[in-house]
Amino acid sequence: MEKSELLHLQVVVELPYRWAAGRNGSLMLKALRDEKKIIGNRCPECRKVYVPPRAVCGPCFIAPDETVELPATGILAGYSVVNYPFIDPETGEKRPVPYTYGYIQLDGCDSYLSHFVNETDPARLSPGLRVEAVFKPDGERVGQMQDILHFKVSEEKGG
Amino acid sequence: MSQRVGIIGFGQTYHRSRRDDVNGVELINEAVRAALEDAELTIDDIDAVVIGNMDHFEAVNYVDTWSVDGSGAWMKPLIKLTTGGTTGSTLGIAGYHHTASELFDVVLVIGWEKNSESDTTGAIITCSDPIFDRFSFSGALPGLAVEASTYMKRYGITEEDAALVTVRDREHGANNPYAQLQKPVTVEEVMQSPMLSWPVKLLDICPRSDGAAAVIFAGEQKAKKLSPRPAWVLSTAVRHSHSYFGDINYEEIHTMQEAVKELYKNVGIKEPLKELDVVELYQPYSFAGLKWIEAMGLCKPGESPRLLRDKVTHMDGELPFNPSGGVICTNCIGATGLLRIGEAALQVMGRAPGRQVPDVNLALSTGFGGAYWTDLMLLGSRPW
Repeated sequence: MEKSELLHLQVVVELPYRWAAGRNGSLMLKALRDEKKIIGNRCPECRKVYVPPRAVCGPCFIAPDETVELPATGILAGYSVVNYPFIDPETGEKRPVPYTYGYIQLDGCDSYLSHFVNETDPARLSPGLRVEAVFKPDGERVGQMQDILHFKVSEEKGG
Repeated sequence: MSQRVGIIGFGQTYHRSRRDDVNGVELINEAVRAALEDAELTIDDIDAVVIGNMDHFEAVNYVDTWSVDGSGAWMKPLIKLTTGGTTGSTLGIAGYHHTASELFDVVLVIGWEKNSESDTTGAIITCSDPIFDRFSFSGALPGLAVEASTYMKRYGITEEDAALVTVRDREHGANNPYAQLQKPVTVEEVMQSPMLSWPVKLLDICPRSDGAAAVIFAGEQKAKKLSPRPAWVLSTAVRHSHSYFGDINYEEIHTMQEAVKELYKNVGIKEPLKELDVVELYQPYSFAGLKWIEAMGLCKPGESPRLLRDKVTHMDGELPFNPSGGVICTNCIGATGLLRIGEAALQVMGRAPGRQVPDVNLALSTGFGGAYWTDLMLLGSRPW
């Protein structure tokens, strides 16, 4: 078959959104912003502590009824050092690499918090490493997850 | 009201990194025509159509209506389904449900994707919770790499162990004329490929493909009449879990553990390694070819590298995995789970030239997606 020119249509679309955090989410984000505190809640049936706090425990399908204040310390449960560039749909810009994407289990919490860790050398990272939250300074926190700047590897020896 | 169901036809496109010679509707049409030809049917024989692809990928909503001309669904009952990575397996299971209900006798199921028209990682990130997960979520690859980090630490698994999985599937893919990647690679090549998201390297992860798949399901009487050797649906199992990625148990893939437990019990399988004849595993990255086959009960946790080294899951082994080359060689995401079903059906029907496993009675296909979800469909040469 004769080779013909194949064309494309190229368009950039902006899609603005506004999402409600709800009562539970707002409780957590407000505590982050105003008090540098991390709030979760506990399911009365399975006794699991969740972060973010939520209106329903999926497995038990009932409402957690106890607000739990969590410490800013925990372990790095799993992670990856991200090294490939991609367009971040949050910003429309390339997310700078490398960075470490980690799942942090705060002390006393059963679920993980997904966040960034400020160590990008895989040789210095390991599941079980002790980490702690670094908050943005007063006046810069606006009530979103990025009010935690990142988690840093703790000075104390990790498990 | 229910009937047994068999697969009587399967069609797929020649999968490539870009198919600029066709638009989405035309790509879909290629797979549909191939499936109808395979089953020796015309579009008039089709009672209903099920179609799906990934949300946000090509940024065409109402894909069901947009694609009617290509899918052949004009003036027919039609439904679109999408469940992320499991879309293809969801489609297949829905086609089975449609037919088993006896409300429809011959059902055409279509999965497709034009990854070349999507920002794959950007679109996948929109599956995460916008307030709590999205700022850090980094797409499928780092999400999988997190699992690999815990698995390596817990059982002393190495990157070289995982590379064996890629090497196997790339070797198998060389036998499949439809696969996007048909060139075998070595462990050294995998190890030297660029580190994308530690510990996952370029050759550990699936490619991005343009492609479509179509599978035709028929009720028992029709299937017997229309096909000399249908691939009978013996059992399905579905386990989806969790809204937040932080709720996932990265140590165990408990959706796979629970799904296989149900499926094995349904059909009386006690020793899957011995009783299954072939597996088409939705294996988006190499480490899954180790950890997830442990979850399937093929060996004890941490022991899977031995199965790879002993070539137990190679073409001539006791239980061949991914004769098609699997997801490591082709990944048109909305079609990927359905390709597993279609390729498993070909194995049962004895119609997989170049990649046929001899004497297949039981073929297992899987789907994976979302927050570590698992779908399963077991096909067999005998209806009961």
